[in-house]
Order: sequence, then structure tokens, then C-alpha cells
Amino acid sequence: MTALAALVRRDIKIALRVGGGALIGVLFFLTVVVLMPFAIGPDIPLLARLGPAILWLGALLASLLTLDRLFMADHEDGSLDLILMSRTPLELACAAKALAHWLAAGLPLIVATPVLGLLLNLDAAATSAVALTLLAGTPALTFTGMIGAALAVTLHRGGLLLAVLVLPLSIPVLIFGVAASQAAITGPLSFGTPFSILCALSLVSFVVGPFAAAASLRHGLD
Amino acid sequence: MTLIDLANPTRFLSLTARVLPWLAGATAILLAIGLYQSAMAPDDYQQGATVKIMFIHVPNAWLSMFVWGVMSIAALGTLVWRHPLADVAAKAAAPIGAAFTFLALVTGSLWGRPMWGTYWEWDARLTSVLVLFLMYLGLIALWRAVEDPSRAARAAAVLTLVGAINIPIIKFSVDWWNTLHQGASVLRIGGPTMDRAFLIPLLVMAVAFSLLFITLHLAAMRNEILRRRVRSLQMLQARAFSSESLPRTGSGVGTGSREGNASKQQSGAA
Amino acid sequence: MSLGPYTSFIVTSYTLVAAVVLILIVWIALDYRGQKERLRELEAGGIARRSGRGAAGF
Repeated sequence: MTALAALVRRDIKIALRVGGGALIGVLFFLTVVVLMPFAIGPDIPLLARLGPAILWLGALLASLLTLDRLFMADHEDGSLDLILMSRTPLELACAAKALAHWLAAGLPLIVATPVLGLLLNLDAAATSAVALTLLAGTPALTFTGMIGAALAVTLHRGGLLLAVLVLPLSIPVLIFGVAASQAAITGPLSFGTPFSILCALSLVSFVVGPFAAAASLRHGLD
Repeated sequence: MTLIDLANPTRFLSLTARVLPWLAGATAILLAIGLYQSAMAPDDYQQGATVKIMFIHVPNAWLSMFVWGVMSIAALGTLVWRHPLADVAAKAAAPIGAAFTFLALVTGSLWGRPMWGTYWEWDARLTSVLVLFLMYLGLIALWRAVEDPSRAARAAAVLTLVGAINIPIIKFSVDWWNTLHQGASVLRIGGPTMDRAFLIPLLVMAVAFSLLFITLHLAAMRNEILRRRVRSLQMLQARAFSSESLPRTGSGVGTGSREGNASKQQSGAA
Repeated sequence: MSLGPYTSFIVTSYTLVAAVVLILIVWIALDYRGQKERLRELEAGGIARRSGRGAAGF
């Protein structure tokens, strides 16, 4: 257990350093959200209606951007081989790395959401709904994204391939995340149903992600 | 000839050479019968003649899912049993499955316009089949991205198994969600609800397309085996050329009998 | 055989299916010819497989 805690702590520290990439995810999130009104036009009611979707898309793309760091840096300096050879099960090590990645890269996105909601003219209730769905859904994005990151780690220019592999798997999370947000805002449909499916997707990804990523790493690196 | 004999690529090649002409012939005959029956089928009271699109849309849709199932079994063969031909089967199936999925989407879209009034709708069935198509393309990209075929096979096997979750979602999407796409009328508990005049041509076309897939798949597997042999011969050739340019030492430059033979042949011919 | 007001949709669907299937067949056949050609060239150059048997399999 201490080995895993150490892994989590190490990953968070590395990610929060200057070149670590966690906070640049928030910057990218901000950029995407700022770009949307330029493309859509200053139509305030339209932006408010699209608000949850824009925030979700920004969070999805920002987490995709930081995903290849999950294994790439360790692969380059050799620590990934050490992790593979250690006594802790590789599945738990992958889960620990994904947890660290979410804490360092995913949580800041959620914290940034209320601020960005202001830019899109969302009221407090709408923004908190979106933040809540992001809280439930970004772990799913990280843990399923980890599968693509593990598959692409041994490729030198694997960045785009990673995105192509991960995006189809992220589509259900996006659909239910936005559906839950919309249900909370405009309301005749219940919030509970899409939200519980979103939580279920995250829970399933906590299991499937580490196993699939560990299998990819084992087969890709031997 | 047991299943284990098929594990030997050379035997597989000779078996394929014998079987392919028959398979191709059977496919052609069944396609001809199916097309004739589709042409002769009556008009639907609601859809008119556009029901004829069903006879090519549904088989392609079934096959798009079936091929991912075949690839999943091959993926298990690679990861669990290390069956030698599993890699080859998986790689050969992917482009064919992608083509069937593309055709399912396009024929469905062309059928949707007269029937529902729209070329596309973001309902559960159409969206999940589109996701399936994207996953096929991602899988093909992954195959091509990794240089070593057996490492590519293992990565692709993991991705195939992860993506297999989509297949039951596609199948049951029309039951779980309120979709524009109609519900199951053939493969359901309680038997088909389709009239025989439409069911027969549909089943004939389904068998014909399945035979088409098997034929194409075996031919593509044969190509893949040959491609790998070309690759290993090319690597032998590269090694032979490179060892020629290096000074020969008494203990020998290379790695063993294979290279020894090649360089002996070169110097013997020179 | 009259196909009704949506004839173009039906014809386009069948034509597309035929075209894609034909492209698949042609692509696989051409690939086969290409691989056999390359194998022939390599074997003519004197490279032999470990088993010594012909690489084309038959």
C-alpha cells in the first residue's frame, strides 16, 4: 500500500511542477471555452444554452491533451520499466497513476468551471450542475483514456493515434455528462438517470481501465 | 485435418488455395439468388419499393458486428492461447469489417431519407454504429502504427476486446432507448415478426454476405501471411548485404546458419 | 419493375454496395499478385527460408 501511495504522491508532484503539464490543461480549457463565443457569435441566450456542452467539450479535449503524459515521461526515463518489474501488481500501479493524473489534471478543470461558466453566461445553478457532472465524469475520461495512453506509449509520434483511439470510448461519457447537466438546468427530464449512468461509467472504467492498460503495457513493452 | 493443423501457415495456405474457388463460387451463386429474390419481392404497404434497401442494409449491419466478434475471438487467440494465425486473422478482418460498417451506415442513411425524412439522426442505434465505424478506423490505424507485427497484434487485441463492449450496446440500443430506428424484427425472443416474403430474401442475402466475408477474409489472411514472409526475407536480404560489406573474421560475422547460407550463396555466385 | 418515387435511393444503395464490394475484391486480388511478385523476386535473388521450402506455399 505504501508503494502505491508513494507512486501517487510522486506523480502528483511531477505533474504540478513547471513542465509537468497539469496546469497547462486548465489553460487549454480556458482557451477552448474562450474560442467558442468567437466562433458562435455574441448570442448570449445561445451561449447559455450551449454552456454545458461547451464546458464538457473543453474538459474532454483538455484531459485528452494531458493524457499522453501519463506514461510517456516514465517510458522515456526508464521508470516505466521499473514499475513493470516491481512487486506491486501492474493493474494497481496503473490505477494509482490514473488517480494521480486525475487529481493533478482533472480536479483543476472542475475548479476552473465556475469561472468559465461566467464567461458563458451560466447562472450559479447551471454551473454547479456542470461541475458536479464533471466531477463524476472526468474520472471515467482519465481511466478509459489511460487505455489509449498505454497502447500508444511505445509509439514515438503516438499523440494523434492516442486521440483517435480514446475519443470513441469517451463519447458515452460526454453524452451522459451533457444530458445530466441539461436535465438539471432545464429540467423536465430527471437529473438522476443520466447522472447515475455517468457514475456507473466511471465505476466501470475504474476496473476496466487499469486491467486493459496493464495488459497493453505488458504486451507492448516486452 | 484437425484445427491444430490449421495453425501451420503453410498448411493453411494450401488449404486456402483449394477452398477459395469453391467459396467464391458459392458466394456468387447465393448473391445472384438473393438479388433475384430481392428484385422479385413485393412492395411493402407502407414503404413501397424502398423496402428493397433492407435486403442490403441489414446483412451489412449484421456483418459489421459479426466481424468485430470474429476479431474479438482472434484477439483472445492472440492474448490467451498465442495461436499463430490469430494475429493474421485479426489484421485481415479489420478493413473488411470497416467496409461493411460503412455500407451499413450509407445504405441506412439512404433508406432513412425516404422512410423517416432525414438522412441522419443522432439516436442510439445510429450513434453507436458510427462509434463502431470510428473504432474500426482507430484499430486499422493502430495496426499500421506499430512496426513489429506481433507487437501490433497484441496492442490491437487489447483494443479489440475493449471495443467489444460496443456490440451488445448496438444490438440492444433499440430496446433500451427510444430510438428512431425500428426495433428488432428478426433476432428476437419469440421469433421473427417479418413476413416470409421479405424474410426469405433477407436471410438468403445474409448468408450470401457472410460467405462473401469468409471468402474475402481467407484471401486477405493469405495475403497477410505472404506479406510477413516477404518481410522476413527482406530482413534476411538486408542482413546478407550488410554482412558482405563488413570485413569477415574467422569466427563469423553473423548470427547463424540462416545468414551463413545466404552469404555462402552470394559468394558462391560471385 | 417499377421502383416507385424513390428509385434513385434504391439504385444508389445497390450501386454503392456493389462498388465497395468490387473495390475490396480488386484490392485483395492486387495485393495477392503484389506479394507473390515480391516473393518471386526475393527468392530469385537467392534468399532462402529456414525450411528451404518455397515461400509462396504451393
